[in-house]
Amino acid sequence: MSIIDSSPLKAAARGSEILTGSGAVLRTLEHLGVKDVFGLPGGAIMPFYDELMASTTIRHILVRHEQGAGHAAEGYAAASGGLGVAIATSGPGATNLVTAIADAYMDSVPLLAITGQVFSTVMGTDAFQEVDIVGITMPITKHSFLVTKPEDVPATLAAAAHIATTGRPGPVLVDITKDAQQNSAPFIWPPKIDLPGYRPVTKAHGKQVVAAAQLIAEAKRPVIYAGGGVGRSKASEELAEFARLVGAPVVTTLMARGVFPDSDPLHLGMPGMHGAVPAVLAFQESDLIIALGARFDDRVTGKVSEFAPHAQVIHVDIDPAEIGKIREAQVPIVGDLKDVLVDFIVAVRDAFAATPPDYRAWWARLEQLRETYPLGYEAPTDGQLSPQHIIQRIGELTGPEAIYAAGVGQHQMWAAQFIKYERPNAWLNSGGAGTMGYGVPAAMGAKVAEPDRVVWAIDGDGCFQMTNQELATCTINNIPIKVAIINNSSLGMVRQWQTLFYDGRHSFTDLETGGGTRMIPDFVKLAEAYGALAIRVTKEDEIDAAIKLALETNDRPVVIDFIVSRDAMVWPMVPQGTGNSEVQYARDHAPAWDED
Amino acid sequence: MSHVLSLLVEDKPGLLTRVAGLFARRGFNIESLAVGRSEIEGLSRITVVVDVEDTPLEQVTKQLNKLVNVIKVVELEPSSSVLRDHVMIKVKVDNVTRSQVLEAVGLFRANVVDVAADALVIEVTGDRQKVQALLRLLEPYGIKELAQSGTLAIGRGPKSITERVFKN
Repeated sequence: MSIIDSSPLKAAARGSEILTGSGAVLRTLEHLGVKDVFGLPGGAIMPFYDELMASTTIRHILVRHEQGAGHAAEGYAAASGGLGVAIATSGPGATNLVTAIADAYMDSVPLLAITGQVFSTVMGTDAFQEVDIVGITMPITKHSFLVTKPEDVPATLAAAAHIATTGRPGPVLVDITKDAQQNSAPFIWPPKIDLPGYRPVTKAHGKQVVAAAQLIAEAKRPVIYAGGGVGRSKASEELAEFARLVGAPVVTTLMARGVFPDSDPLHLGMPGMHGAVPAVLAFQESDLIIALGARFDDRVTGKVSEFAPHAQVIHVDIDPAEIGKIREAQVPIVGDLKDVLVDFIVAVRDAFAATPPDYRAWWARLEQLRETYPLGYEAPTDGQLSPQHIIQRIGELTGPEAIYAAGVGQHQMWAAQFIKYERPNAWLNSGGAGTMGYGVPAAMGAKVAEPDRVVWAIDGDGCFQMTNQELATCTINNIPIKVAIINNSSLGMVRQWQTLFYDGRHSFTDLETGGGTRMIPDFVKLAEAYGALAIRVTKEDEIDAAIKLALETNDRPVVIDFIVSRDAMVWPMVPQGTGNSEVQYARDHAPAWDED
Repeated sequence: MSHVLSLLVEDKPGLLTRVAGLFARRGFNIESLAVGRSEIEGLSRITVVVDVEDTPLEQVTKQLNKLVNVIKVVELEPSSSVLRDHVMIKVKVDNVTRSQVLEAVGLFRANVVDVAADALVIEVTGDRQKVQALLRLLEPYGIKELAQSGTLAIGRGPKSITERVFKN
């Protein structure tokens, strides 16, 4: 069953233009409103690149590694709230996209990956640069397509973009054979998209909304658990109105940092393994969790059987499979948060009129936790710089209008904790997959999407060495991102676990990039070689000046190599496999809390 | 415990891989799988028997429903549906045992579909218990070869699962 009506005779009768398959790819992307794409050509995608060269509406950014194209497209999508597009050739080009596709799958990023494939006539023969990328990516895509005929191009790409951006967003791969790109067919627009098995539910069930409002009105200790879905649904304003109406505390997960302003008095901080103590313990003492676009990830819940033992759960998600997957929901609601929250606001007003809420005792307890356990850090004792202080100063000197993309590890946690986020899409990171190397290319993609914003990559010395070649892309294409390498000379988070849980045996986590080492590579020389402004900071009084110089420099990328203490650790911490009640505020320092 | 799911799916390349891969990835155990055309052109029907408890079953059906090419997932309750397995069995026989085996074939309303001097091929259709019972009965004679279909299932009564999908 073909999903388009592609009879050439009928099309000719309608006077359709005849295009090659690759011409149809380009024309379809233009019709879909795509403005920027990231990619790298190779044999099986060359017909399309030949067309792309002539495009006046689509900017192609030539990356140095396809993984960079994938993460750049993710950063582009996350910063803009739209679709990101990455292009690669067959074989290794396609497999180099795999990590980014998996990352987008875990974090629900609308990513369209277009790959070239060998001629359909030689598929299955182990032809040069042939891999079954549709097969490889099946478990990590929302959907995937193989196109072998030029007439199928418009409908397939339109369907792919539709699937990627609607419902729970995610990556969609379209693999196009070289003959499909070379052969010609009438170009029909708009194509007929036929997806009988794809109908995301966006509107919540009215009865469930009323039931939720009733639970909220009756609760004594509610917590609003805001997840990444709030950002994907573009529901920040609705969340703010809902939270202020209810008057309940809000926690924002790693994926949701910024969807609710940090400055709002209702905000308790980030929950989870490295969450703020008030946010972590609020769950444990809560009697009602209002989960909004969140999925009870193990890094949030800790040991699930001990998570929020007294709480009932209202769980709103556009993906029905998330509801009840980890934690049973007393009120399950499938829908788009942007719509559901509007319904909630109306229903909660009615419920509060009959049953006014009383959270005074709850807030008194939360204020006590906030006062006792504010976010903080201890200064290092080895005379080296404090990474937390540097990250905090970057946030303070740059402000909330900027975009901050992080790699994965200690620096990511500190950037989530110590930068204050006031708006959605300001914080980009690899939450679900934990992909080291996400930072620099994601920042690059974000800067292409939002050229007027300052874009920082807060990176680690380990992460930076995975994808720093995209600095060449940035310099050549005038994408002036700013990179702060929090250089502790090690795979810091692994080192922290080795210190805490492996008896201090630091097995293969020393990278020798930092203070007192051979500094291989020298990040300043490396950045200069890539045409970036490079600054090394080793003393406290150099920190602000370096950040300010970076903020003033917009004619090229900037890389600051902050040489920091390798002994700094991320606190608070809930050790893996334990309950959230075991949260440690600092090493061997568990907070006192009421366990009833 | 066993649950019988009936899936209406688009007949697309790789569809079976998507379904089977999902079961493997999420750690659900497939007991049997049968795939074939449905009454609607372009749509296939998959009958899958899965061994899970009720809560993970809900997760299975939700995950299956997320597959873009899966149009409908229905659990068929044994009490309100017809479940059938089809089996072909090659049994060793000699002049003494042939008549005993043929008697068993008659009792089970099975058929002999191939005869050789020292073997018979028997086909039988029925629910799983019947098939298992026949197999137990034939085992002592020596089963040389066994080919078994996955369970097929269809709901009792006039309704069809495709009707509900395409009425709007």
